[in-house]
Amino acid sequence: MAEFHGVKSRWEIKYEWSGGIAISRFMQGLKEGKILGVKCPHCKRVLVPPRIFCERCFIELTEWVELSPRGKINTFSIAYIDTNALPISTPQINAVIDLDDARGIIGIFHIIGEAKPEEIYVGMPVEAVFRPAEERTGSILDIKYFRPLKEGKPNE
Amino acid sequence: MSYEVAVVGVGQTKFEYQSKKTTQELVFEAAKKALDDAGMTLEEIDTVVYGSAPDGFDGINMKGEHVIDAAGALGKPFERVFVGGATGALAPITGYYHVASGLSRATLVICQEKMSPCKPKPQGLFNTIFDEFTDRPMGINLIYIFALEMNRYMTVNKIKLETLAKVSVKNKKNAMDNPYAQLPMEITVEDVLNAPVMAYPVTKYHISPSSDGAAAAVFVNKNIAKYKEKPVWIAGVGWCLDSTYWTNRDLAYPKYVEYAARQAYNMAGIKNPQKEIQVAEPYDPFSYKELQHAEGLLLANRGEGWKLIEEGIAYRDGKLPLSPSGGLLGVGNPIAAAGMMKFNEIVLQLRGDAGKRQVKNNPKVGVVQAWGGLMQFTGVLVLKA
Repeated sequence: MAEFHGVKSRWEIKYEWSGGIAISRFMQGLKEGKILGVKCPHCKRVLVPPRIFCERCFIELTEWVELSPRGKINTFSIAYIDTNALPISTPQINAVIDLDDARGIIGIFHIIGEAKPEEIYVGMPVEAVFRPAEERTGSILDIKYFRPLKEGKPNE
Repeated sequence: MSYEVAVVGVGQTKFEYQSKKTTQELVFEAAKKALDDAGMTLEEIDTVVYGSAPDGFDGINMKGEHVIDAAGALGKPFERVFVGGATGALAPITGYYHVASGLSRATLVICQEKMSPCKPKPQGLFNTIFDEFTDRPMGINLIYIFALEMNRYMTVNKIKLETLAKVSVKNKKNAMDNPYAQLPMEITVEDVLNAPVMAYPVTKYHISPSSDGAAAAVFVNKNIAKYKEKPVWIAGVGWCLDSTYWTNRDLAYPKYVEYAARQAYNMAGIKNPQKEIQVAEPYDPFSYKELQHAEGLLLANRGEGWKLIEEGIAYRDGKLPLSPSGGLLGVGNPIAAAGMMKFNEIVLQLRGDAGKRQVKNNPKVGVVQAWGGLMQFTGVLVLKA
């Protein structure tokens, strides 16, 4: 059989997305150092990330609330690879954090900082650490990371 | 009313990384093998269903249109199914509907994926299936998410890594008897545990590989099936989705898999799946997924999936063999084609045509499940000999 031929190429496509009604307000909240959610008057859950509807009760949601930045680790992982599955030198602690004020299974995905991998456990109390106000851009990355909450008190 | 539907032909390509064959060449090879196995020609096919997941892998947008010539779809109704890993169940379910409705006498279903063209690694593309604002900036990929889900599943159910490692050992060993397998190997539990960690608790051997490949099957009505030697009947179908807000889900138990399974079992008249199902291909992109999905499929009690492997039930000579094909862990994971491969394996097992992979309990009833989408989409089919 003849040799196989190959060719290299790339898609050069740029996008610009609107955050829409709910995520725009969520991002504005992060810029102000707050985690915002929407409350469903029917099932009483506070939804994060916020959306303009409750997917279970199927009603429009308009009641915005600020949540405590504290929660507990629902599950965690220690990643030795990056997004492209290529090795990284410093492991990254990924976690789903159940927010204390959310009621029900309402978590947020983020990384854990100021902690060693071997100290982390499921159920560990943590709190969000925001970047300094002047560095915030209205992004999920305005939360620098979540860190362990020592003896249930805010860290200094 | 609906018409009874039988599968009368199956076929697949080898699963491998960086196949030199094109998307069309893989599609044609699997389609032709399925037709040959059925003893049928393209003229006898009324409709064609094609399943493939994100276009981004092989970098061909609107890939459905790209394959119609190779899929034998010229001059026929053609439909593409596009639901990630669940495509491998939803494409055969769609094929079932075409024939069950009476609109088609015979339908050719082909699932195919070519992941390897995506550089530097296909895994990076998975970042683009998530939310632009809350997930993508975090650099998320599927290994990150499955490592989180695996840890939650292990923690809630108090399962040891050693137990999950046994699933990898079993499936990779089963794949030794599969001529189409990408990662057949005999390894030990220690090999799995000591393999390089990708994202704790996931080591290299807890995860299925990226793959290229295709698998296909021919679905026909009763009038055609009666002339075929060993028709396998579609007895029940079901599918179900959970929320796309993945951090708002129960990561330990897949309730939506249970809902899909109950739909399929009700339709098939299965009252006690643990007693009546004799062979199963639950979706196993990761070791823990086989056991978690077996629970969702009601093949084990909730939280007791570990018993299937620890008590020897899941092996080929066990009471309820799981993934006798070698599964995604052993045969490979060309997304859409992976589930279709598992579907075809159940067909071969019920026909008694699985060769060295044939399970020992002479099965007449089997179940196959595929799963994916945004890790919350599942489809289930119950098959009977």
